[in-house]
Amino acid sequence: MASTAFAEEPVQEFELDNGLKLIVKEDHRSPVVVSQVWYRAGSMDEVNGKTGVAHVLEHMMFKGTKSIEPGQFSRLIAEVGGKENAFTGADYTCYFQQLEKSHLPLSFKLEADRMANLVITDEEFAKEIKVVMEERRWRTDDKPQSRVNEQFQSMAFRAHPYGRSVIGFMNDLENMTADDAREWYQHWYAPNNAIVVVVGDVQANEVFALAKKYFGPLKARKLPERKPQVEPEQMGERRAVVKAPGKLPFVIMGFHTPTLSSESEGTENNWEPYALDVLAGVLSGNKSARLNQRLVRETALAVSVGAGYDSATRGRLSLFELVGTPSQDKTVKELEEALLAEIEKIKNDGVTQTELDRVKAAVIAADVYERDSMFYQGMQIGQLVTMGYNWRISKTYPEKLKAVTSQQIQAVAKKYLNRDNMTVATLDPQPIDPDAEPAGQPHIH
Amino acid sequence: MKTIRIFILLVCSFVIFNSHAAVKIEHWQTSEGSDVYFVENHDLPILDMSVGFPAGAARNTKATAGLAGVTRHMMSLGAAGMNEEDITNAFADIGAEFGGSLDADQAAFTLRTLTSEKEKAITVFNKVLHKPDFPIAVLAREKTRIIAGLQEAATQPESIANKAFMQALYGAHPYGLPEEGEEETINAITQQAMRDFYQQYYSAKSATIVLIGDITKSEAQTIANKVASGLPQTPAVKALPAVNLPVAANEQKIPHPASQAHILLGYPGVKRGDLDYFPLYVGNYILGGGGFVSRLTEEVREKRGLVYSVYSYFIPMSELGPFQIGLQTKKEQASEALKVVNDTLKDFVKNGITDEELKAAKSNITGGFPMRLDSNKEIMGYVAMIGFYKLPLTYLDDFNQEVNKVTAAQIKDAFNRRLNLSHFTAVIVGASD
Repeated sequence: MASTAFAEEPVQEFELDNGLKLIVKEDHRSPVVVSQVWYRAGSMDEVNGKTGVAHVLEHMMFKGTKSIEPGQFSRLIAEVGGKENAFTGADYTCYFQQLEKSHLPLSFKLEADRMANLVITDEEFAKEIKVVMEERRWRTDDKPQSRVNEQFQSMAFRAHPYGRSVIGFMNDLENMTADDAREWYQHWYAPNNAIVVVVGDVQANEVFALAKKYFGPLKARKLPERKPQVEPEQMGERRAVVKAPGKLPFVIMGFHTPTLSSESEGTENNWEPYALDVLAGVLSGNKSARLNQRLVRETALAVSVGAGYDSATRGRLSLFELVGTPSQDKTVKELEEALLAEIEKIKNDGVTQTELDRVKAAVIAADVYERDSMFYQGMQIGQLVTMGYNWRISKTYPEKLKAVTSQQIQAVAKKYLNRDNMTVATLDPQPIDPDAEPAGQPHIH
Repeated sequence: MKTIRIFILLVCSFVIFNSHAAVKIEHWQTSEGSDVYFVENHDLPILDMSVGFPAGAARNTKATAGLAGVTRHMMSLGAAGMNEEDITNAFADIGAEFGGSLDADQAAFTLRTLTSEKEKAITVFNKVLHKPDFPIAVLAREKTRIIAGLQEAATQPESIANKAFMQALYGAHPYGLPEEGEEETINAITQQAMRDFYQQYYSAKSATIVLIGDITKSEAQTIANKVASGLPQTPAVKALPAVNLPVAANEQKIPHPASQAHILLGYPGVKRGDLDYFPLYVGNYILGGGGFVSRLTEEVREKRGLVYSVYSYFIPMSELGPFQIGLQTKKEQASEALKVVNDTLKDFVKNGITDEELKAAKSNITGGFPMRLDSNKEIMGYVAMIGFYKLPLTYLDDFNQEVNKVTAAQIKDAFNRRLNLSHFTAVIVGASD
């Protein structure tokens, strides 16, 4: 038991000579450790014709190195009781293990090995690309709302790679080769493009020594040039309809908005992302927040509604989103207008102090609750740093949100949530063939 | 937007501990007969609590399918004169998180609050538990929403498969009823039906109260007493009927235009506290529970690239919960994938496992203990499970020992006795033929 109740350990930062960043947060509540390796390489770094390669490489990272057989990585972690997995996003690829604390060296040893010595055979690639295609079918092709989101994203971003889904187009997966994966690995998997985050019952200086031992010998590499990819200003409303088997329609509406920028402190409009975040909270922070209270509970216009906004991205581009499913006798058009009417109300009348206080109460509490999860603490640090922010943003964030005023919320609503800056995608559900008979009635054999 | 290498199954059967259990659970009963479980922990200024009742979906009948879920849901939408907006706002004002869950066995309410706000939070929490109003206007609106959800679910292959599978596996037993109900049964729910259900199944005598976090034992006693004293003082809830095992194989093919076939296979499996639980649990880790290192994943995904996900699990419940194998694969190769799954299962049951596999399984299960209990939230989940199913308080301390005692012969014997492969249920949604 910690004797200093509620005291939070400081975050400690290190950098190796080869450019690898190490960030350690001690948390001595349980004898465990979370180890995450973040690469600044995600679908936003892909090019047309090779969409999905960041995620495919993530799969291949479990297929062996010069000294580790395919699948052996997972077996070695499983043997010591560890949990492991990986995920790919637009901004990053992350690999993680959760272990009893004495096994951290195993994590570093295996991660350092596959950072430099991955072997991608044609045979393993041929099998794994089929797995990824199954994943796309399961995650996107057969899920009507995922299809709408894919379409929506590609409409909102015409130039920036945020317009392409992380899983990639089926055509690109079908035509991907082992060489495409090898090229991706060669480009981006280097210590100077990686951030290691460790949270748990460890001593920071010992973790640093361990990192030097395992990651230290790896050579830094020149990374490919990252071209600026500026999204041209939107010049008017954009719309699309997706047809897919289902019963309920769905609408997603998005507005281009700014994000936190690493240099934003001290600039004139640096409060805007915070105001947008509070606006999302006022609209849908809980079941009594404006959208659900008005549109689901009071008017029964919708079955469900929501609002969302990401204030931090590596591409420094974000969307403020409104989503909803209309009730049975209502149309998506009616719901769209009702959602926009709620925004107009805020533009005209602002929000109440009670609403602001509620968002602030949630923020203050969340700041404490999240300390119950080591994994989440690591995620927060890793994401921010991989996106090119200082992790300290997460510490000043609650204070910044608390300072947001009703006038500032009105100002961002007026500035960004306009029809000329709006992208709308809707799902037009299609009946499943009503005459289709079961291929085989329940039978006994 | 993220895409993950495999989805993580959050299944209550994956409960893993070892003999160095660091969780000190205190247990007592209130004068009303509610069981209280308390874990004191002052590391963070947080209190987590959950109150569970044997009021899950298995308390429904064919005619009242969905009633248990609607009753639980409606309790939070009006209580002691507070309307739904008041209730949500009262929690939001102090940053408290109010939630709950429903499965076939259990209905539960949960609360997470800063300890500085616990009085306010518990006052509202207790209103919901003690004085639900079941407002009629809200019921009418929620019925419409629930039915819309049911109609949507009836078009989606995953939901179609799950519903058909449970129905086929359990027949007339309440585990076979659709948890969310049917359009007609939802429409038929009345305010009186919810009141009656509440009186019968939210009995203080059958409640399990779990408290963990930054409070003292005497505070925990005061809180638990308040929770228990306001609940219906009705007779303890009776046990569920036993499950009848299938007497024949049952295969259903349901057409669907999706690109993948969704396949579920299974048989009634195991109860909480079952003598065969540990051999089945350890064995299943090897068959299809152990993520990337299981036989099913190796054969179907790693060797042949036929699926993104294939798994097997036992869900131990009050009565025999399902043993289930699941996968999704491109329609055209559904038969091939199904054959590999069946061959793998048959070989596993017939020939058993190797000593090496057993050693690796035990090593993972026992070595994983500290990660399962590294947050208050996780500890609460496990203590609530122990409390609801009346498992011994030493369950956590004994777990690794029980796992280590399992032999390869016991695994083979338990799988052969408990799974009758010739009477399996199979559901294939979106088969190509």
